[in-house]
Amino acid sequence: MDKELLIPTSFADDRVDGVDKVTGKATYAAEHQLANMVYAVFVCSTIAKGSIKNMILADAKRAAGVLDIIYYANCPAVPGYNPYAKDPNKKGYEWRGLKVFNDNKVYSNGQPIAMVIADTMERAVHAASLVKAEYVKEESDTDFENAKADEKKLKKPGEYKRGDTDAYKKGEVSLEEEYTIPSETHNPMELHATIAAWDGDDKLTVYDKSQGPKGTQRELAQCFGLDEKNVRVVVEYVGGAFGSGLRSWPHVPAAVIAAKKVKRPVKLIVTREQMFTTVGYRPHAWQKIGISAGKDGKLTGITHHAVSITSRYEDFGEGIVNVSQFLYDCPNVNTSYRLLPLDVNTPTWMRGPGPATGCFALESALDELSYKLNIDPIELRVINHAVLHPISKLPWSTKFLKECYVLGKEKIGWQNRPTVPGSVTEDGMLVGYGMAGGVFGAGRGQASAKGILKADGTLTLQSAVSDMGPGTSTAMVTMGAQFMELPANKISFELGDTDLPNGPTQGGSGTTSAIGTAINVVCTALKQTLKEMAIANVPAFANLKPEALKYEQGIISVTDNVSINISYTDILKAANKPEIEVVKDSGRATAEAQKYAMNSFSVHFVKLHVHPVTGVIKLKQIVSAADAGKIISENTARSQMVGGAVGGIGMALTEEVNIDNRYGRYTNANFGDYHVPVNADAPPMDVVFVNKADIIISPTGAKGIGEIALVGVAPAIANAVYNATGKRIRNLPITPDKLI
Amino acid sequence: MINFDYIRTSTAKAAVEAKAKSASSQFIAGGTNLVDLMKKGVTSPEKLIDINSLPLKQITADAKGVLIGALALNSEVAENAIIKTKYPLLAQAINAGASAQLRNMATVGGNMMQRTRCSYFYDITMPCNKREPGSGCGALQGQNRMHAVFGTSEKCIAVHPSDMCVALAALDATVHITGAKGDRKILFTDFHRLPGDTPELDNNLSTGPGGQKGELITGIHIPANSFTKFHYLKIRDRSSYAFALVSVAVALEISGNTITNAKLAMGGVAHKPWRLSAVEKFVTGKTATKETFAAAANMAMEGAAGFGQNNFKIKMGKAAVAEALLQASQKI
Repeated sequence: MDKELLIPTSFADDRVDGVDKVTGKATYAAEHQLANMVYAVFVCSTIAKGSIKNMILADAKRAAGVLDIIYYANCPAVPGYNPYAKDPNKKGYEWRGLKVFNDNKVYSNGQPIAMVIADTMERAVHAASLVKAEYVKEESDTDFENAKADEKKLKKPGEYKRGDTDAYKKGEVSLEEEYTIPSETHNPMELHATIAAWDGDDKLTVYDKSQGPKGTQRELAQCFGLDEKNVRVVVEYVGGAFGSGLRSWPHVPAAVIAAKKVKRPVKLIVTREQMFTTVGYRPHAWQKIGISAGKDGKLTGITHHAVSITSRYEDFGEGIVNVSQFLYDCPNVNTSYRLLPLDVNTPTWMRGPGPATGCFALESALDELSYKLNIDPIELRVINHAVLHPISKLPWSTKFLKECYVLGKEKIGWQNRPTVPGSVTEDGMLVGYGMAGGVFGAGRGQASAKGILKADGTLTLQSAVSDMGPGTSTAMVTMGAQFMELPANKISFELGDTDLPNGPTQGGSGTTSAIGTAINVVCTALKQTLKEMAIANVPAFANLKPEALKYEQGIISVTDNVSINISYTDILKAANKPEIEVVKDSGRATAEAQKYAMNSFSVHFVKLHVHPVTGVIKLKQIVSAADAGKIISENTARSQMVGGAVGGIGMALTEEVNIDNRYGRYTNANFGDYHVPVNADAPPMDVVFVNKADIIISPTGAKGIGEIALVGVAPAIANAVYNATGKRIRNLPITPDKLI
Repeated sequence: MINFDYIRTSTAKAAVEAKAKSASSQFIAGGTNLVDLMKKGVTSPEKLIDINSLPLKQITADAKGVLIGALALNSEVAENAIIKTKYPLLAQAINAGASAQLRNMATVGGNMMQRTRCSYFYDITMPCNKREPGSGCGALQGQNRMHAVFGTSEKCIAVHPSDMCVALAALDATVHITGAKGDRKILFTDFHRLPGDTPELDNNLSTGPGGQKGELITGIHIPANSFTKFHYLKIRDRSSYAFALVSVAVALEISGNTITNAKLAMGGVAHKPWRLSAVEKFVTGKTATKETFAAAANMAMEGAAGFGQNNFKIKMGKAAVAEALLQASQKI
């Protein structure tokens, strides 16, 4: 193909790494090839609880190409597994996840219990299939429905209360309902994978699929007792993660252990099936909401309880009920949240963690209340709009939630919404409209960035973050161009390597504001350095003070006499410097957070059809309106919103991890049976941004997009299903059988 | 590695001879299901006999009907001009199945030979009488939302996953088979089996030892028909690449407003495509009204029994039959 056709001439609106990604040039974790590399493959447990009596390894050991088989009995000691064995009173770092191969205990079905290392991937896969285990089986419990009501089994992480407890019970108009979501897996296209290579006993290089190279570096340094500077983690590209890469799962230390034992670089790829049992997931959750309002629609009470699952070896909780505490103005709110440990692997943050689950219940309940009140659901939300944060009583740094209602309402054609559910048909299909809100925390985290300005006119920006798909590099190049007032094609952004300045873990919708701020500070410092260099090296500027100079579009000039000017490249040449570099921090928004509440907001609108006889749902349109601060990169921002909405479609309609409780084993751990939405499930999608800068949070003006793109989509769909059919589905996913 | 032999044959005779020599050998065409089964350890044939070079790709029509070669690709059949104009029900059913990529690889014969997608069949750590006779049925009291409501046995409640086969069952197709002892024909509706006490057998191809080992499907014949009204309705959990919760193939002839001829079969409800002969008799001669269709739908699901999670299929089956009849009757 003609190269001209393939590569756009202008990158102004395109992903800077887009061509590399679509042409296969981008190298993902498992694609790195190291000399002398061998392959490790997990063997996973076939029971959910018990211990291993005996590992039967003879056949596997005899298999061609096998170098070693590692399991609990021969696994080298991992310092971070039992750091305080000698001094149990000491506190500090201890590996917090499953300590893979540490002992013979089985905590969940599909847990890695051994690892075969062979000279080729295929031989390792085959040999792994020959490893068998004899177990002492114990009775397992994975039955959430059964156990969730048993107080004795629940752990109690949190209670919250303001005003009266259970005020909804005395409300003029009220309801009390229960909501459940199944466990959902992230299952990005790219499988989790780690390549580990030791250099001597104290230096380690790791290629990993991680949302935070620095976080992985820290975890591995502590786990293996190494200096952080001796652990290099490389994450050049990430093929989606949605939260699964926010921490290291058992395969990461396993690859390091394997490489240590066989003294060669080792590649370990988690299989699709193992993605279900070794990498986390959004936890199965039950919620109960009681909510009440006066006849005027003013909320008088919200009670929100939630229980979600965790593993036996680790507590994972998330802010499921928090949304009820602050999303709307309500004087009486009480919430509780409990964890239910079961014989399963540990869940984790998945896109919109906490609010995605919580908003399904709260926004469904509000919708239901709107019908009882006979008030339009948007109007009901406007009536209860919180001007000050209901907990802290602080104003928001910015809050353009009402603008989202207006923008989305018009785009979806809200005036066509049937006021009586199930009363309108189009082409024989029932028509429904629904909406729901989403929210997530915003802020400015700690990040460092380096800027290298070169005499050839280019600016290289660096930070040790990874880009799991939102378009971080594109946003950073765009901001670099804005802050340095240079064309985008002069700017490049380097990421994904712990040798670069300290970047944050990419999560919680915080990357753009954190690194963007560091880049802003870097650019300000570079401009100041250029002024000082002009004064020191260019005769026309001699004896002037930096304050008397200005920087505009790469030109330093005297503010009072712009005819005295010089370009930044000429300054570098005059100073005889090939390049100058600065490293700067973003600084956390700690002081700002004392004065302001900070959140991003979204409102999702859905139009859908439901077949009146078969219950088949056909989405017709989704409009997502977002208050995400200033939009840095229109295209990538839009793509994030669309991707989040597709995730919301999965949550609402198709995705569900199934488990056979008799065996504690997943029964749909593959892409055929675990239904991620397909293109045909996604309707035309519109994204509208309020696009107003929040300069309190950061000089970038950006808040965050990743989470609010998904939070609220599922209840918007469920609310539209009710509007179409009069059926209120409170347990996801809404499959056709629930509507017939 | 689990080693296996691989041979290519260019004639049906050579293929069946090769198969007769090796008890655990298997034919491979598109491989869209067999390769998965081998990777998962569900099946480990000692020999694969590649039949892709056999001259069985043709689709030929005459006054009596159409003969589709067993190696015609699913996508080729669905796009074939004769099929689209004379047997559109088949095209519609094929396009409702799998994904475009799979349809481009999968053959007609392979589609018929695909195994159930029951998760207990695929997970070799679980009990499954179909995979390992005598080990028990995991689905009976387990995850059985996708499972059968007709023709089940205590040994197996799996369903046949094909969409194409549902249309072929409705259209009175015949399966052309060749074997070591020569050629024979089986009615399509007699090709697949109910599980009974031998759920390991999906169909009535001879497997020996005393019988005619190594039989090969060579083609499918569909008799000419004068159906003008047809519909394939598939209800599934997502819009593509999902197996049917319930599906219905309907072909009707309507004169005035009277149904003069009807063919119906269901998918997702049994171990084989489930032909609704009694319903066909019932609707023939009746007027094409919603009342007729509702009564037909009730009759269609008579005798259906669920196993817990799949109880909904009885109600959904009724809805699907009534809706498919309605859609077919309204086709212009």
